[in-house]
Amino acid sequence: MDASKVVTLAPKIRVRSLGKIFEGPRPVVALEDINLDVQDNEFVTLVGASGCGKSTLLRIIGGLEYHTSGEVIAGGRAISGPGSDRAMVFQHYSLYPWLNVIDNIRFSRRLRVNREDLTSADVERASGRADALLNLMGLPSMADAFPSQLSGGMQQRVAIARALMPRPEILLMDEPFGALDAQTREVMHDLILHVFRLEKSTIVFVTHDVEEAIYLGQRVVLLAPRPGRIDTVYKVPFGAGRRQELKHTREFLDMKKEILERIRETSGMKTDTDLLERMSRAAGQGEE
Amino acid sequence: MARNGNSARPGLWSIRGPMSQRRYWIFAAIGLLVPIAAWWLIATSGFVEKVFMPAPGSVWSRTMLWLQEDNLLADMGISIYRVTMGWALSAVIALPLGLLIGTFRPVQALLEPLTDFIRYMPAVAFIPLVMLWIGIDEGSKIAIIFIGTFFQMVLMVAEDVRRVPSAQIEAAQTMGATRGEIIKLVLLPSAKPALLDTMRVTMGWAWTYLVVAELVAANSGLGYAILKAQRFLQTDKIFAGIILIGLIGLVIDQLFRLAHRKAFPWMHLKS
Ligand SMILES: Nc1ncnc2c1ncn2[C@@H]1O[C@H](COP(=O)(O)OP(=O)(O)OP(=O)(O)O)[C@@H](O)[C@H]1O
Ligand SMILES: [Mg+2]
Repeated sequence: MDASKVVTLAPKIRVRSLGKIFEGPRPVVALEDINLDVQDNEFVTLVGASGCGKSTLLRIIGGLEYHTSGEVIAGGRAISGPGSDRAMVFQHYSLYPWLNVIDNIRFSRRLRVNREDLTSADVERASGRADALLNLMGLPSMADAFPSQLSGGMQQRVAIARALMPRPEILLMDEPFGALDAQTREVMHDLILHVFRLEKSTIVFVTHDVEEAIYLGQRVVLLAPRPGRIDTVYKVPFGAGRRQELKHTREFLDMKKEILERIRETSGMKTDTDLLERMSRAAGQGEE
Repeated sequence: MARNGNSARPGLWSIRGPMSQRRYWIFAAIGLLVPIAAWWLIATSGFVEKVFMPAPGSVWSRTMLWLQEDNLLADMGISIYRVTMGWALSAVIALPLGLLIGTFRPVQALLEPLTDFIRYMPAVAFIPLVMLWIGIDEGSKIAIIFIGTFFQMVLMVAEDVRRVPSAQIEAAQTMGATRGEIIKLVLLPSAKPALLDTMRVTMGWAWTYLVVAELVAANSGLGYAILKAQRFLQTDKIFAGIILIGLIGLVIDQLFRLAHRKAFPWMHLKS
Protein backbone atom coordinates (compact mmCIF):
# COMPACT_ATOMS: atom_id res chain seq x y z
CA MET A 1 0.00 0.00 0.00
CA ASP A 2 1.44 3.37 -0.96
CA ALA A 3 1.48 6.37 1.34
CA SER A 4 -1.21 8.39 -0.38
CA LYS A 5 -3.74 5.66 0.24
CA VAL A 6 -3.05 5.62 3.97
CA VAL A 7 -3.34 9.38 4.33
CA THR A 8 -6.49 9.98 2.32
CA LEU A 9 -9.62 8.81 3.99
CA ALA A 10 -11.70 9.25 0.87
CA PRO A 11 -13.94 6.25 0.34
CA LYS A 12 -13.11 3.82 -2.41
CA ILE A 13 -16.59 4.11 -3.83
CA ARG A 14 -18.73 7.17 -3.29
CA VAL A 15 -22.31 7.19 -4.47
CA ARG A 16 -24.06 10.54 -4.24
CA SER A 17 -27.80 11.18 -4.74
CA LEU A 18 -27.79 8.55 -7.42
CA GLY A 19 -30.93 7.97 -9.45
CA LYS A 20 -31.77 5.61 -12.26
CA ILE A 21 -34.84 5.66 -14.43
CA PHE A 22 -35.28 3.02 -17.11
CA GLU A 23 -36.86 4.85 -20.00
CA GLY A 24 -39.58 3.20 -22.01
CA PRO A 25 -43.30 3.35 -22.60
CA ARG A 26 -43.70 2.86 -18.85
CA PRO A 27 -40.60 4.38 -17.21
CA VAL A 28 -39.32 2.50 -14.16
CA VAL A 29 -37.69 4.37 -11.31
CA ALA A 30 -35.17 1.69 -10.41
CA LEU A 31 -33.13 3.78 -7.96
CA GLU A 32 -33.78 7.06 -6.19
CA ASP A 33 -31.43 9.22 -4.15
CA ILE A 34 -28.91 6.54 -3.23
CA ASN A 35 -26.07 7.70 -0.99
CA LEU A 36 -23.43 5.18 -0.06
CA ASP A 37 -19.73 5.24 0.77
CA VAL A 38 -17.67 2.08 0.60
CA GLN A 39 -14.28 2.32 2.28
CA ASP A 40 -11.05 0.92 0.95
CA ASN A 41 -10.79 -2.79 1.73
CA GLU A 42 -14.35 -2.97 2.94
CA PHE A 43 -16.77 -5.81 2.25
CA VAL A 44 -20.31 -4.53 1.73
CA THR A 45 -23.26 -6.77 0.93
CA LEU A 46 -26.50 -5.59 -0.67
CA VAL A 47 -29.78 -7.29 0.14
CA GLY A 48 -33.42 -6.48 -0.50
CA ALA A 49 -36.61 -7.75 -2.03
CA SER A 50 -36.54 -8.92 -5.62
CA GLY A 51 -36.65 -6.03 -8.06
CA CYS A 52 -35.47 -3.42 -5.56
CA GLY A 53 -32.53 -2.42 -7.74
CA LYS A 54 -29.57 -4.33 -6.28
CA SER A 55 -28.28 -5.46 -9.64
CA THR A 56 -28.90 -2.06 -11.16
CA LEU A 57 -26.85 -0.32 -8.45
CA LEU A 58 -24.02 -2.81 -8.84
CA ARG A 59 -24.04 -2.52 -12.61
CA ILE A 60 -23.95 1.26 -12.40
CA ILE A 61 -20.88 1.08 -10.17
CA GLY A 62 -19.39 -1.38 -12.65
CA GLY A 63 -20.11 1.04 -15.49
CA LEU A 64 -22.29 -1.49 -17.32
CA GLU A 65 -25.39 0.62 -16.84
CA TYR A 66 -25.61 4.42 -16.84
CA HIS A 67 -27.28 6.46 -14.12
CA THR A 68 -29.76 9.23 -14.81
CA SER A 69 -28.93 11.52 -11.89
CA GLY A 70 -26.33 11.97 -9.17
CA GLU A 71 -22.78 10.68 -9.36
CA VAL A 72 -20.58 7.71 -8.67
CA ILE A 73 -16.91 8.11 -7.88
CA ALA A 74 -14.69 5.05 -7.78
CA GLY A 75 -11.03 5.25 -6.82
CA GLY A 76 -11.21 9.06 -6.97
CA ARG A 77 -12.60 9.27 -10.51
CA ALA A 78 -16.17 9.77 -11.67
CA ILE A 79 -17.01 6.61 -13.52
CA SER A 80 -17.91 6.63 -17.17
CA GLY A 81 -18.21 3.10 -18.45
CA PRO A 82 -16.60 -0.14 -17.34
CA GLY A 83 -12.91 -0.46 -16.51
CA SER A 84 -10.41 -2.99 -15.31
CA ASP A 85 -10.28 -1.34 -11.87
CA ARG A 86 -13.80 -2.68 -11.21
CA ALA A 87 -14.04 -6.39 -11.91
CA MET A 88 -17.42 -8.07 -12.02
CA VAL A 89 -18.48 -11.65 -11.27
CA PHE A 90 -21.84 -12.69 -12.69
CA GLN A 91 -24.24 -15.41 -11.69
CA HIS A 92 -24.13 -17.33 -14.98
CA TYR A 93 -22.63 -17.91 -18.39
CA SER A 94 -19.76 -15.51 -18.20
CA LEU A 95 -16.87 -17.94 -18.72
CA TYR A 96 -15.54 -18.36 -22.24
CA PRO A 97 -16.42 -21.93 -23.22
CA TRP A 98 -13.83 -22.03 -26.02
CA LEU A 99 -10.95 -21.34 -23.63
CA ASN A 100 -9.69 -23.78 -21.08
CA VAL A 101 -9.56 -22.87 -17.41
CA ILE A 102 -6.11 -21.32 -17.35
CA ASP A 103 -6.74 -19.30 -20.53
CA ASN A 104 -10.00 -18.04 -19.09
CA ILE A 105 -8.08 -16.85 -16.04
CA ARG A 106 -5.41 -15.27 -18.21
CA PHE A 107 -7.95 -13.54 -20.46
CA SER A 108 -7.32 -10.05 -19.09
CA ARG A 109 -3.63 -10.64 -19.72
CA ARG A 110 -4.30 -11.16 -23.40
CA LEU A 111 -6.02 -7.81 -23.54
CA ARG A 112 -3.08 -6.00 -22.08
CA VAL A 113 -0.45 -7.82 -24.09
CA ASN A 114 -1.97 -6.16 -27.12
CA ARG A 115 -1.48 -2.71 -25.70
CA GLU A 116 1.62 -2.69 -23.54
CA ASP A 117 5.17 -3.53 -24.35
CA LEU A 118 5.65 -6.26 -21.84
CA THR A 119 8.97 -7.82 -21.03
CA SER A 120 9.14 -11.56 -20.84
CA ALA A 121 9.59 -11.18 -17.08
CA ASP A 122 6.20 -9.49 -16.88
CA VAL A 123 4.60 -12.30 -18.80
CA GLU A 124 6.34 -14.79 -16.53
CA ARG A 125 5.01 -13.04 -13.44
CA ALA A 126 1.52 -12.97 -14.92
CA SER A 127 1.47 -16.66 -15.60
CA GLY A 128 2.77 -17.18 -12.07
CA ARG A 129 -0.24 -15.23 -10.81
CA ALA A 130 -2.64 -17.25 -12.92
CA ASP A 131 -1.23 -20.45 -11.43
CA ALA A 132 -1.37 -18.99 -7.94
CA LEU A 133 -5.02 -18.04 -8.40
CA LEU A 134 -5.79 -21.50 -9.71
CA ASN A 135 -4.26 -22.95 -6.56
CA LEU A 136 -6.05 -20.45 -4.37
CA MET A 137 -9.33 -21.56 -5.89
CA GLY A 138 -8.45 -25.19 -5.22
CA LEU A 139 -8.38 -26.16 -8.88
CA PRO A 140 -4.69 -26.87 -9.56
CA SER A 141 -5.41 -29.98 -11.63
CA MET A 142 -8.07 -28.32 -13.75
CA ALA A 143 -5.90 -25.96 -15.79
CA ASP A 144 -6.57 -27.74 -19.08
CA ALA A 145 -10.24 -28.52 -18.54
CA PHE A 146 -12.93 -26.64 -20.43
CA PRO A 147 -15.77 -24.88 -18.60
CA SER A 148 -18.33 -27.40 -19.83
CA GLN A 149 -16.43 -30.09 -17.94
CA LEU A 150 -16.68 -28.28 -14.61
CA SER A 151 -19.42 -28.27 -12.01
CA GLY A 152 -21.27 -25.01 -11.33
CA GLY A 153 -19.20 -24.33 -8.21
CA MET A 154 -15.93 -24.89 -10.06
CA GLN A 155 -17.06 -22.60 -12.86
CA GLN A 156 -17.74 -19.81 -10.39
CA ARG A 157 -14.30 -20.30 -8.86
CA VAL A 158 -12.76 -19.88 -12.27
CA ALA A 159 -14.88 -16.78 -12.85
CA ILE A 160 -13.64 -15.32 -9.58
CA ALA A 161 -10.03 -16.14 -10.39
CA ARG A 162 -10.43 -14.51 -13.79
CA ALA A 163 -11.89 -11.38 -12.19
CA LEU A 164 -9.02 -11.22 -9.69
CA MET A 165 -6.31 -11.70 -12.31
CA PRO A 166 -5.81 -8.00 -13.21
CA ARG A 167 -5.71 -7.08 -9.50
CA PRO A 168 -8.87 -4.98 -9.55
CA GLU A 169 -9.22 -2.52 -6.67
CA ILE A 170 -12.93 -3.17 -6.58
CA LEU A 171 -14.67 -6.51 -6.95
CA LEU A 172 -18.38 -6.43 -7.78
CA MET A 173 -20.35 -9.65 -7.41
CA ASP A 174 -23.97 -10.15 -8.42
CA GLU A 175 -25.38 -13.25 -6.73
CA PRO A 176 -22.31 -15.23 -7.74
CA PHE A 177 -23.37 -18.23 -5.67
CA GLY A 178 -27.08 -17.93 -6.42
CA ALA A 179 -27.13 -21.08 -8.51
CA LEU A 180 -25.06 -23.25 -6.17
CA ASP A 181 -26.22 -25.78 -3.61
CA ALA A 182 -25.95 -25.07 0.11
CA GLN A 183 -22.76 -27.08 0.76
CA THR A 184 -20.89 -25.62 -2.17
CA ARG A 185 -21.99 -22.17 -1.09
CA GLU A 186 -20.47 -22.60 2.37
CA VAL A 187 -17.17 -23.64 0.85
CA MET A 188 -17.32 -20.62 -1.47
CA HIS A 189 -18.07 -18.29 1.44
CA ASP A 190 -14.92 -19.24 3.28
CA LEU A 191 -13.00 -19.10 0.03
CA ILE A 192 -14.17 -15.59 -0.78
CA LEU A 193 -13.35 -14.38 2.76
CA HIS A 194 -9.90 -15.86 2.34
CA VAL A 195 -9.49 -14.09 -0.98
CA PHE A 196 -10.69 -10.86 0.58
CA ARG A 197 -8.05 -11.02 3.31
CA LEU A 198 -5.32 -11.97 0.88
CA GLU A 199 -6.06 -9.58 -1.97
CA LYS A 200 -7.15 -6.63 0.16
CA SER A 201 -9.69 -5.57 -2.42
CA THR A 202 -12.92 -3.71 -1.85
CA ILE A 203 -15.96 -5.90 -2.40
CA VAL A 204 -19.59 -5.07 -3.10
CA PHE A 205 -21.63 -8.26 -3.09
CA VAL A 206 -25.30 -8.60 -4.07
CA THR A 207 -27.29 -11.50 -2.68
CA HIS A 208 -30.82 -12.45 -1.74
CA ASP A 209 -29.52 -14.78 0.96
CA VAL A 210 -29.45 -12.84 4.24
CA GLU A 211 -27.28 -15.43 5.98
CA GLU A 212 -24.70 -15.06 3.24
CA ALA A 213 -24.92 -11.27 3.49
CA ILE A 214 -24.17 -11.24 7.22
CA TYR A 215 -21.51 -13.95 7.11
CA LEU A 216 -19.54 -12.19 4.41
CA GLY A 217 -20.21 -8.48 4.92
CA GLN A 218 -18.82 -5.90 7.27
CA ARG A 219 -21.92 -3.90 6.52
CA VAL A 220 -25.22 -5.11 5.12
CA VAL A 221 -27.07 -2.54 3.05
CA LEU A 222 -30.79 -3.17 2.76
CA LEU A 223 -32.55 -1.70 -0.28
CA ALA A 224 -36.29 -1.16 -0.41
CA PRO A 225 -38.22 -1.38 -3.66
CA ARG A 226 -40.45 0.96 -5.66
CA PRO A 227 -38.52 3.15 -5.95
CA GLY A 228 -35.21 1.46 -5.11
CA ARG A 229 -33.67 3.26 -2.14
CA ILE A 230 -31.46 2.50 0.84
CA ASP A 231 -33.63 1.51 3.75
CA THR A 232 -31.21 0.47 6.49
CA VAL A 233 -27.48 -0.08 6.80
CA TYR A 234 -26.54 -2.74 9.33
CA LYS A 235 -23.08 -2.84 10.81
CA VAL A 236 -22.06 -6.45 11.23
CA PRO A 237 -20.45 -6.81 14.67
CA PHE A 238 -18.26 -9.80 13.80
CA GLY A 239 -14.58 -9.32 13.05
CA ALA A 240 -12.32 -11.04 10.59
CA GLY A 241 -11.66 -14.77 10.82
CA ARG A 242 -15.28 -15.85 10.74
CA ARG A 243 -16.11 -19.54 10.77
CA GLN A 244 -19.18 -21.53 9.88
CA GLU A 245 -20.08 -21.99 13.59
CA LEU A 246 -20.81 -18.28 13.71
CA LYS A 247 -24.02 -18.88 11.79
CA HIS A 248 -25.50 -20.72 14.77
CA THR A 249 -24.78 -18.09 17.43
CA ARG A 250 -27.59 -16.13 18.99
CA GLU A 251 -26.23 -12.80 17.82
CA PHE A 252 -26.02 -13.97 14.22
CA LEU A 253 -29.49 -15.49 14.22
CA ASP A 254 -31.02 -12.39 15.80
CA MET A 255 -29.49 -10.19 13.16
CA LYS A 256 -30.65 -12.51 10.41
CA LYS A 257 -34.18 -12.41 11.80
CA GLU A 258 -34.17 -8.64 12.07
CA ILE A 259 -33.01 -8.15 8.48
CA LEU A 260 -35.40 -10.75 7.09
CA GLU A 261 -38.29 -9.09 8.86
CA ARG A 262 -37.31 -5.72 7.54
CA ILE A 263 -37.08 -7.06 3.97
CA ARG A 264 -40.53 -8.51 4.33
CA GLU A 265 -41.87 -5.19 5.61
CA THR A 266 -40.34 -3.23 2.75
CA SER A 267 -41.38 -5.67 0.05
CA GLY A 268 -45.11 -5.15 0.60
CA MET A 269 -45.78 -8.86 0.16
CA LYS A 270 -48.07 -9.00 3.20
CA THR A 271 -51.33 -9.34 1.29
CA ASP A 272 -49.95 -12.23 -0.70
CA THR A 273 -49.25 -14.34 2.38
CA ASP A 274 -52.69 -13.55 3.72
CA LEU A 275 -54.18 -14.68 0.46
CA LEU A 276 -52.17 -17.89 0.54
CA GLU A 277 -53.34 -18.61 4.07
CA ARG A 278 -56.94 -18.08 3.12
CA MET A 279 -56.48 -20.29 0.09
CA SER A 280 -54.98 -23.16 2.07
CA ARG A 281 -57.70 -22.81 4.70
CA ALA A 282 -60.34 -22.96 2.00
CA ALA A 283 -58.68 -26.00 0.46
CA GLY A 284 -58.56 -27.67 3.88
CA GLN A 285 -62.28 -27.13 4.37
CA GLY A 286 -63.03 -28.50 0.93
CA GLU A 287 -61.36 -31.78 1.81
CA GLU A 288 -63.41 -32.38 4.91
CA MET B 1 -27.04 -54.30 -25.96
CA ALA B 2 -28.71 -56.75 -23.64
CA ARG B 3 -30.81 -55.24 -20.91
CA ASN B 4 -29.42 -56.11 -17.52
CA GLY B 5 -32.00 -56.47 -14.80
CA ASN B 6 -30.44 -53.72 -12.72
CA SER B 7 -29.53 -51.29 -15.49
CA ALA B 8 -31.55 -48.06 -15.35
CA ARG B 9 -30.60 -46.99 -18.84
CA PRO B 10 -33.49 -44.98 -20.33
CA GLY B 11 -35.39 -46.73 -23.10
CA LEU B 12 -34.99 -46.08 -26.80
CA TRP B 13 -38.12 -43.96 -26.94
CA SER B 14 -37.56 -41.81 -23.85
CA ILE B 15 -37.59 -38.11 -24.65
CA ARG B 16 -34.11 -37.01 -25.75
CA GLY B 17 -32.89 -40.37 -24.53
CA PRO B 18 -29.40 -41.72 -25.27
CA MET B 19 -28.61 -43.91 -28.27
CA SER B 20 -25.55 -45.99 -29.05
CA GLN B 21 -23.56 -45.32 -32.23
CA ARG B 22 -24.47 -48.74 -33.55
CA ARG B 23 -28.20 -48.29 -33.14
CA TYR B 24 -27.96 -44.84 -34.65
CA TRP B 25 -26.48 -46.27 -37.84
CA ILE B 26 -29.01 -49.09 -37.92
CA PHE B 27 -31.83 -46.57 -37.84
CA ALA B 28 -30.13 -44.33 -40.39
CA ALA B 29 -29.73 -47.30 -42.74
CA ILE B 30 -33.40 -48.21 -42.34
CA GLY B 31 -34.37 -44.61 -43.07
CA LEU B 32 -32.40 -44.69 -46.31
CA LEU B 33 -33.12 -48.22 -47.47
CA VAL B 34 -36.87 -48.35 -46.92
CA PRO B 35 -37.68 -45.55 -49.39
CA ILE B 36 -35.33 -47.09 -51.95
CA ALA B 37 -36.98 -50.48 -51.53
CA ALA B 38 -40.42 -48.91 -51.77
CA TRP B 39 -39.35 -47.10 -54.91
CA TRP B 40 -38.01 -50.31 -56.42
CA LEU B 41 -41.21 -52.19 -55.56
CA ILE B 42 -43.50 -49.57 -57.02
CA ALA B 43 -41.42 -49.12 -60.15
CA THR B 44 -41.08 -52.84 -60.91
CA SER B 45 -44.64 -53.76 -60.00
CA GLY B 46 -45.89 -52.30 -63.25
CA PHE B 47 -48.59 -50.21 -61.60
CA VAL B 48 -46.90 -47.04 -62.68
CA GLU B 49 -45.85 -46.07 -66.18
CA LYS B 50 -42.07 -46.07 -66.72
CA VAL B 51 -42.09 -42.43 -67.79
CA PHE B 52 -43.54 -41.47 -64.45
CA MET B 53 -41.33 -43.59 -62.32
CA PRO B 54 -38.25 -45.36 -63.69
CA ALA B 55 -36.83 -48.29 -61.76
CA PRO B 56 -33.64 -47.88 -59.70
CA GLY B 57 -31.86 -50.11 -62.19
CA SER B 58 -32.58 -47.90 -65.16
CA VAL B 59 -31.63 -44.79 -63.22
CA TRP B 60 -28.35 -46.48 -62.41
CA SER B 61 -27.65 -47.45 -66.02
CA ARG B 62 -28.63 -43.96 -67.18
CA THR B 63 -26.15 -42.55 -64.69
CA MET B 64 -23.42 -44.83 -66.05
CA LEU B 65 -24.27 -43.79 -69.58
CA TRP B 66 -24.12 -40.15 -68.56
CA LEU B 67 -20.77 -40.75 -66.92
CA GLN B 68 -19.28 -42.53 -69.95
CA GLU B 69 -20.75 -40.62 -72.86
CA ASP B 70 -22.24 -37.39 -71.65
CA ASN B 71 -19.53 -35.97 -69.43
CA LEU B 72 -21.25 -36.31 -66.07
CA LEU B 73 -18.10 -35.26 -64.25
CA ALA B 74 -17.96 -31.98 -66.16
CA ASP B 75 -21.61 -31.32 -65.32
CA MET B 76 -20.95 -32.02 -61.65
CA GLY B 77 -17.81 -29.93 -61.66
CA ILE B 78 -19.41 -26.85 -63.16
CA SER B 79 -22.44 -27.11 -60.85
CA ILE B 80 -20.28 -27.47 -57.77
CA TYR B 81 -18.26 -24.50 -58.96
CA ARG B 82 -21.34 -22.30 -59.46
CA VAL B 83 -22.93 -23.17 -56.14
CA THR B 84 -19.70 -22.82 -54.21
CA MET B 85 -18.88 -19.49 -55.80
CA GLY B 86 -22.36 -18.07 -55.21
CA TRP B 87 -22.33 -19.29 -51.65
CA ALA B 88 -18.75 -18.15 -50.94
CA LEU B 89 -19.43 -14.71 -52.36
CA SER B 90 -22.45 -14.52 -50.05
CA ALA B 91 -20.38 -15.59 -47.08
CA VAL B 92 -17.60 -13.11 -47.77
CA ILE B 93 -20.08 -10.24 -47.62
CA ALA B 94 -22.62 -11.66 -45.17
CA LEU B 95 -20.12 -12.48 -42.42
CA PRO B 96 -18.76 -8.97 -41.83
CA LEU B 97 -22.11 -7.35 -42.53
CA GLY B 98 -23.99 -9.71 -40.22
CA LEU B 99 -21.37 -9.13 -37.55
CA LEU B 100 -21.95 -5.38 -37.80
CA ILE B 101 -25.75 -5.77 -37.78
CA GLY B 102 -25.58 -8.02 -34.73
CA THR B 103 -23.19 -5.72 -32.90
CA PHE B 104 -24.19 -2.13 -33.60
CA ARG B 105 -27.79 -1.01 -33.30
CA PRO B 106 -27.56 1.76 -35.95
CA VAL B 107 -26.34 -0.73 -38.54
CA GLN B 108 -29.14 -3.06 -37.54
CA ALA B 109 -31.75 -0.32 -37.95
CA LEU B 110 -30.22 0.68 -41.26
CA LEU B 111 -30.00 -2.75 -42.87
CA GLU B 112 -32.22 -5.30 -41.19
CA PRO B 113 -35.65 -4.08 -42.34
CA LEU B 114 -34.27 -3.67 -45.85
CA THR B 115 -32.89 -7.22 -45.82
CA ASP B 116 -36.13 -8.60 -44.45
CA PHE B 117 -37.90 -6.92 -47.34
CA ILE B 118 -35.62 -8.25 -50.04
CA ARG B 119 -35.38 -11.81 -48.76
CA TYR B 120 -39.05 -12.42 -49.51
CA MET B 121 -38.53 -11.68 -53.18
CA PRO B 122 -38.27 -14.89 -55.22
CA ALA B 123 -34.81 -15.42 -56.69
CA VAL B 124 -36.34 -16.77 -59.93
CA ALA B 125 -37.98 -13.42 -60.55
CA PHE B 126 -34.57 -11.81 -60.68
CA ILE B 127 -33.51 -13.86 -63.72
CA PRO B 128 -34.52 -11.29 -66.33
CA LEU B 129 -32.83 -8.51 -64.38
CA VAL B 130 -29.68 -10.54 -63.84
CA MET B 131 -29.51 -11.31 -67.56
CA LEU B 132 -29.99 -7.66 -68.32
CA TRP B 133 -27.38 -6.44 -65.86
CA ILE B 134 -24.80 -9.20 -65.84
CA GLY B 135 -25.37 -11.00 -69.13
CA ILE B 136 -25.64 -14.71 -69.71
CA ASP B 137 -22.20 -16.00 -68.83
CA GLU B 138 -20.99 -17.69 -65.64
CA GLY B 139 -21.46 -14.54 -63.59
CA SER B 140 -25.22 -14.59 -64.03
CA LYS B 141 -25.59 -18.13 -62.66
CA ILE B 142 -23.45 -17.30 -59.67
CA ALA B 143 -25.48 -14.13 -59.18
CA ILE B 144 -28.77 -16.06 -58.97
CA ILE B 145 -27.34 -18.37 -56.33
CA PHE B 146 -25.97 -15.35 -54.51
CA ILE B 147 -29.37 -13.63 -54.52
CA GLY B 148 -31.04 -16.77 -53.23
CA THR B 149 -28.56 -17.25 -50.41
CA PHE B 150 -27.20 -13.91 -49.31
CA PHE B 151 -30.16 -12.20 -47.66
CA GLN B 152 -31.06 -15.15 -45.49
CA MET B 153 -27.44 -15.63 -44.60
CA VAL B 154 -26.93 -12.06 -43.40
CA LEU B 155 -29.87 -12.29 -41.04
CA MET B 156 -28.72 -15.62 -39.66
CA VAL B 157 -25.19 -14.36 -39.09
CA ALA B 158 -26.56 -11.30 -37.29
CA GLU B 159 -28.69 -13.55 -35.12
CA ASP B 160 -25.72 -15.80 -34.30
CA VAL B 161 -23.75 -12.78 -33.15
CA ARG B 162 -26.66 -11.42 -31.13
CA ARG B 163 -26.96 -14.72 -29.34
CA VAL B 164 -23.58 -14.33 -27.62
CA PRO B 165 -24.50 -14.10 -23.91
CA SER B 166 -24.17 -10.54 -22.66
CA ALA B 167 -22.39 -11.78 -19.53
CA GLN B 168 -19.49 -12.84 -21.78
CA ILE B 169 -19.30 -9.37 -23.27
CA GLU B 170 -19.72 -7.56 -19.97
CA ALA B 171 -17.09 -9.70 -18.27
CA ALA B 172 -14.62 -8.59 -20.95
CA GLN B 173 -15.66 -4.97 -20.51
CA THR B 174 -14.98 -5.11 -16.79
CA MET B 175 -11.56 -6.53 -17.58
CA GLY B 176 -10.87 -3.42 -19.62
CA ALA B 177 -11.41 -4.77 -23.12
CA THR B 178 -11.83 -2.23 -25.89
CA ARG B 179 -14.56 -2.44 -28.51
CA GLY B 180 -12.21 -3.99 -31.03
CA GLU B 181 -10.96 -6.52 -28.49
CA ILE B 182 -14.50 -7.53 -27.60
CA ILE B 183 -15.32 -8.17 -31.23
CA LYS B 184 -12.11 -10.07 -31.87
CA LEU B 185 -11.72 -11.94 -28.59
CA VAL B 186 -15.31 -12.47 -27.46
CA LEU B 187 -17.99 -12.01 -30.12
CA LEU B 188 -16.21 -13.85 -32.92
CA PRO B 189 -14.87 -16.84 -31.01
CA SER B 190 -18.14 -17.17 -29.12
CA ALA B 191 -20.28 -17.06 -32.26
CA LYS B 192 -17.95 -19.14 -34.45
CA PRO B 193 -19.55 -22.55 -33.90
CA ALA B 194 -23.00 -21.14 -34.67
CA LEU B 195 -21.57 -19.34 -37.69
CA LEU B 196 -20.12 -22.53 -39.11
CA ASP B 197 -23.53 -24.15 -38.70
CA THR B 198 -25.12 -21.23 -40.50
CA MET B 199 -22.62 -21.70 -43.32
CA ARG B 200 -23.55 -25.37 -43.51
CA VAL B 201 -27.28 -24.70 -43.63
CA THR B 202 -27.01 -21.92 -46.20
CA MET B 203 -24.83 -24.14 -48.39
CA GLY B 204 -27.82 -26.46 -48.57
CA TRP B 205 -30.03 -23.57 -49.65
CA ALA B 206 -27.51 -22.51 -52.28
CA TRP B 207 -27.86 -25.97 -53.87
CA THR B 208 -31.62 -25.62 -54.06
CA TYR B 209 -31.12 -22.60 -56.32
CA LEU B 210 -28.92 -24.52 -58.76
CA VAL B 211 -31.68 -25.58 -61.16
CA VAL B 212 -33.05 -22.04 -61.16
CA ALA B 213 -29.62 -20.63 -61.85
CA GLU B 214 -29.03 -23.03 -64.72
CA LEU B 215 -32.25 -21.88 -66.34
CA VAL B 216 -30.17 -18.91 -67.45
CA ALA B 217 -28.72 -19.81 -70.80
CA ALA B 218 -26.62 -22.66 -69.48
CA ASN B 219 -25.32 -25.51 -71.60
CA SER B 220 -23.80 -27.60 -68.86
CA GLY B 221 -24.38 -28.52 -65.24
CA LEU B 222 -26.59 -30.90 -63.28
CA GLY B 223 -29.49 -28.47 -63.19
CA TYR B 224 -29.22 -27.89 -66.92
CA ALA B 225 -29.13 -31.64 -67.52
CA ILE B 226 -32.31 -32.07 -65.50
CA LEU B 227 -34.03 -29.31 -67.48
CA LYS B 228 -32.91 -30.82 -70.77
CA ALA B 229 -34.03 -34.31 -69.73
CA GLN B 230 -37.42 -32.83 -68.99
CA ARG B 231 -37.70 -31.71 -72.59
CA PHE B 232 -37.04 -35.26 -73.84
CA LEU B 233 -39.10 -36.86 -71.08
CA GLN B 234 -36.05 -38.80 -69.83
CA THR B 235 -37.44 -39.37 -66.37
CA ASP B 236 -34.56 -41.65 -65.41
CA LYS B 237 -32.08 -38.87 -66.08
CA ILE B 238 -34.13 -36.42 -63.99
CA PHE B 239 -34.04 -38.93 -61.16
CA ALA B 240 -30.30 -39.40 -61.63
CA GLY B 241 -29.67 -35.64 -61.52
CA ILE B 242 -31.78 -35.08 -58.43
CA ILE B 243 -30.19 -37.98 -56.58
CA LEU B 244 -26.70 -36.81 -57.51
CA ILE B 245 -27.43 -33.34 -56.13
CA GLY B 246 -28.68 -34.95 -52.94
CA LEU B 247 -25.54 -37.08 -52.64
CA ILE B 248 -23.23 -34.13 -53.20
CA GLY B 249 -25.18 -32.25 -50.52
CA LEU B 250 -24.82 -35.16 -48.12
CA VAL B 251 -21.07 -35.25 -48.60
CA ILE B 252 -20.70 -31.48 -48.16
CA ASP B 253 -22.85 -31.58 -45.04
CA GLN B 254 -20.71 -34.30 -43.52
CA LEU B 255 -17.57 -32.33 -44.33
CA PHE B 256 -18.99 -29.32 -42.51
CA ARG B 257 -19.87 -31.47 -39.51
CA LEU B 258 -16.40 -32.93 -39.48
CA ALA B 259 -14.90 -29.44 -39.64
CA HIS B 260 -17.12 -28.45 -36.71
CA ARG B 261 -15.80 -31.29 -34.59
CA LYS B 262 -12.21 -30.53 -35.55
CA ALA B 263 -12.46 -26.76 -35.11
CA PHE B 264 -14.45 -26.73 -31.88
CA PRO B 265 -13.41 -29.77 -29.88
CA TRP B 266 -14.55 -28.03 -26.68
CA MET B 267 -18.14 -28.17 -27.94
CA HIS B 268 -18.08 -31.89 -28.44
CA LEU B 269 -16.68 -32.88 -25.06
CA LYS B 270 -18.57 -35.39 -23.04
CA SER B 271 -18.77 -33.76 -19.66
N1 LIG C 1 -33.10 -3.11 -18.73
C1 LIG C 1 -34.16 -2.75 -17.99
N2 LIG C 1 -35.19 -2.08 -18.55
C2 LIG C 1 -36.27 -1.71 -17.82
N3 LIG C 1 -36.41 -1.95 -16.52
C3 LIG C 1 -35.42 -2.62 -15.89
C4 LIG C 1 -34.25 -3.05 -16.59
N4 LIG C 1 -33.44 -3.70 -15.72
C5 LIG C 1 -34.08 -3.65 -14.54
N5 LIG C 1 -35.27 -3.01 -14.63
C6 LIG C 1 -36.21 -2.75 -13.52
O1 LIG C 1 -35.52 -2.09 -12.49
C7 LIG C 1 -35.90 -2.61 -11.23
C8 LIG C 1 -34.68 -3.10 -10.49
O2 LIG C 1 -34.16 -4.24 -11.16
P1 LIG C 1 -32.89 -5.03 -10.63
O3 LIG C 1 -32.59 -6.10 -11.60
O4 LIG C 1 -31.81 -4.08 -10.32
O5 LIG C 1 -33.44 -5.65 -9.28
P2 LIG C 1 -32.73 -6.67 -8.30
O6 LIG C 1 -32.81 -6.09 -6.93
O7 LIG C 1 -31.39 -7.05 -8.80
O8 LIG C 1 -33.73 -7.91 -8.39
P3 LIG C 1 -33.40 -9.47 -8.23
O9 LIG C 1 -33.23 -9.72 -6.76
O10 LIG C 1 -34.64 -10.14 -8.75
O11 LIG C 1 -32.18 -9.78 -9.01
C9 LIG C 1 -36.93 -3.67 -11.48
O12 LIG C 1 -38.21 -3.12 -11.27
C10 LIG C 1 -36.74 -4.04 -12.93
O13 LIG C 1 -37.97 -4.41 -13.50
MG1 LIG D 1 -30.51 -8.90 -9.56
